[in-house]
Amino acid sequence: MSAISARRTSSAAAHKARGGAVLPWLALPALLAFAAFALIPLIGVLLLSFTSWDTLGEIKLTGLESWRAVLSDPGLPHALWVTFLITALSWAVQTPASILIGVFLAGRQRYRELLAVLYFIPLLLSSAAIAITFKALLDPNFGLGAGLHIDLLNQDWLGTPSLAMGVVIFIVSWQFIPFHALLYQGGVRQIPRSLYEAAELDGAGRVRMFFNITLPQLKYTAITSSTLMVVGSLTFFDLIFVLTEGGPGDATRALALDMYKRGIQANLMGQACVIGVILVLVGLALALLLRRLGGRNPNASQLEGA
Amino acid sequence: MESRTSSRRTFLTLSMGLPLGAALAACGTSGPAPSGGGAGGGATGGSGGGGAKATYWFLQGPPGEAPRTAAVQRFNKANPNGQIELTTIQNDAYKTKIKTAIGANQAPTIIWGWGGGGLRSYVQAGQVEDLTSWFEQNSAVKDRLFPSSFGAATIDGKIYAMPCETVQPIVLFYNKKVFEKVGAQPPQSYGDILDLVKKFNAAGIAPFSLAGQSRWTNMMWLEFLFDRIGGPEVFQAVFDGEKDAWNNPASIEALTKMQELIKANAFIKGFSSITADSNADQALLYTGKAAMMLHGSWSYGIQQAQGGDIVPSGGLGWMNFPPVDGGKGDPSDTVGNPGQYLSISSKATPEQKEIAKKFFATGVLDDQEQKDWVGTGGVPIVKGSDKLFAGSKDAEFLNFIYGVASNAKVFAQSWDQALSPTAAEVLLDNIAKLFQLSISPQQFATNMNAVIGK
Repeated sequence: MSAISARRTSSAAAHKARGGAVLPWLALPALLAFAAFALIPLIGVLLLSFTSWDTLGEIKLTGLESWRAVLSDPGLPHALWVTFLITALSWAVQTPASILIGVFLAGRQRYRELLAVLYFIPLLLSSAAIAITFKALLDPNFGLGAGLHIDLLNQDWLGTPSLAMGVVIFIVSWQFIPFHALLYQGGVRQIPRSLYEAAELDGAGRVRMFFNITLPQLKYTAITSSTLMVVGSLTFFDLIFVLTEGGPGDATRALALDMYKRGIQANLMGQACVIGVILVLVGLALALLLRRLGGRNPNASQLEGA
Repeated sequence: MESRTSSRRTFLTLSMGLPLGAALAACGTSGPAPSGGGAGGGATGGSGGGGAKATYWFLQGPPGEAPRTAAVQRFNKANPNGQIELTTIQNDAYKTKIKTAIGANQAPTIIWGWGGGGLRSYVQAGQVEDLTSWFEQNSAVKDRLFPSSFGAATIDGKIYAMPCETVQPIVLFYNKKVFEKVGAQPPQSYGDILDLVKKFNAAGIAPFSLAGQSRWTNMMWLEFLFDRIGGPEVFQAVFDGEKDAWNNPASIEALTKMQELIKANAFIKGFSSITADSNADQALLYTGKAAMMLHGSWSYGIQQAQGGDIVPSGGLGWMNFPPVDGGKGDPSDTVGNPGQYLSISSKATPEQKEIAKKFFATGVLDDQEQKDWVGTGGVPIVKGSDKLFAGSKDAEFLNFIYGVASNAKVFAQSWDQALSPTAAEVLLDNIAKLFQLSISPQQFATNMNAVIGK
């Protein structure tokens, strides 16, 4: 291993010596794809947010009118609050569960490998299919509770605002915990054994080792996983759309859903684009914030001395 | 190292496989049934050599696809030089696709739709032909159809669409077996409805089934309460864009009565999470978990197909919505879809427009198409189509629908179709909140007044 990596660094250095133009060339395909599929549409959305367009007629430049309409709509703070709730609650449920399952699966026993495969299954299913299935199971008249005659299960799951929110959080967690557990599993397996051996010699117990070695060593894994969770949950759409369509009333009407309803159902493309811009800004701010939490220098090693 | 190289190779094959898979998937979604036309066909169809071809998109699946397809095929056989090329598209996908195509100037020659507010938005964008003078020259085409079907085709006094297919009023369905079991009679007035609510609740049966998550299902209740209490003028004022039209005392009274019904548990537990798409509301009625249901006349076909023996055994009852005591509305009034609508794209070539007009005059609702629609349990919007019902096993229901449609003093169009898509979305949103009891009738009126005329 070390011989190969040494050779690689030396050849890279040789390239650099011959001409610095090689490395920028390599970045070009990625940059082009990023420009074509992210930057240009983003600029389009930004421009459209200053217009009124019903998707049929002319696109009319109306300055800040769409912005004023969206920002003065009481639906916006509500949608922001719903989005925040979904983000915060699903993070709070998923992170501890993922860490515990990830640590558990990092062990190399046979039965754990088998369980790892089973845990992974929900991630393979499409969100729409999951939503349709849960909707059928939770149906107040023909669902699980009614079928098995269990009164506890026979709630108006998707018809009561707080229960509907809980169901959304539960399903999101059920679907994505396997993925984040996988991330943590990888993180745990990279922690050098020597740390644990040293702790054992010092007489530390399992719980102590978990809190003093495993958790701190998982810091960057946690930041990666949290960024994915937070930014991902900003754009939850398919699951909520199929499950509750934002209801009951507007109890689960998150930003992404609000954007769809305004743009596609109410024909207000300008306003939908305003919400799109807000989503991008919120997502960027959160991603930057999470990077900050990781400390000034994310490349610093935690393995010194290990 | 072994495993590492091999995993890299699988990654490469994976990454090459992905675009291919994506391309295949794209083919799957953009290649609807028989036509090869696709989205580009509408604007460019005329330039391909030989006879001109008009294009026509409509909804896939039963019950409508077969009669529509057969009508086009008969027309094509009779007109070898002016063919119509058809494309079928799924219901929900159609609504988005047709809007996108029209916005991109790539609409089909013949635009199938629901009339009303959607048609108005096409008209305002200058995307559909004015057919007023054509109907004047071809008055026979117009005169044989129900006059009520032209309301939703008329925008600011001009006709922009040819009414077609069937009439679909909203009907109060009930399960006769459940009524017998409880010893109840169908309601003759709104007061009876309130009594029945208590009676059925006491018997442990939900009085009404309702698919509340779909929202337009809730709307049907408001449509009837508004009409029976205040007459058709109340919503007409909204439609005409009168300021603060929702503040009409009749409107507030209807909204208040609506919330009283909900508080009295008139609707099945958990109604706000039931969707109409899954037909769970229909199932509640035919399994006897609910006694009554307000729904579109197409519900009859669903009950027949899925409801076991409820229709053949005569267990399904139906009636028009009863009057509200002291209300102004005429009890013969009804609401729903007065027809479906065909418009001609203003971006089509003159040859294509000619083909479309010929189809309107000779192809749409010819004798065979009328028979086909009757066969699906529908009532064609043609005067005298009731003579085709004889011998049909559904004759009783068809005659009832024909009677409702032809005797209605006012056949109002469903609100969400009549309003612009923008106002309709706000309406449905506020209806969901009204039924959730999270806003009061006055808040509903205030929220809705804000989008009048938009």
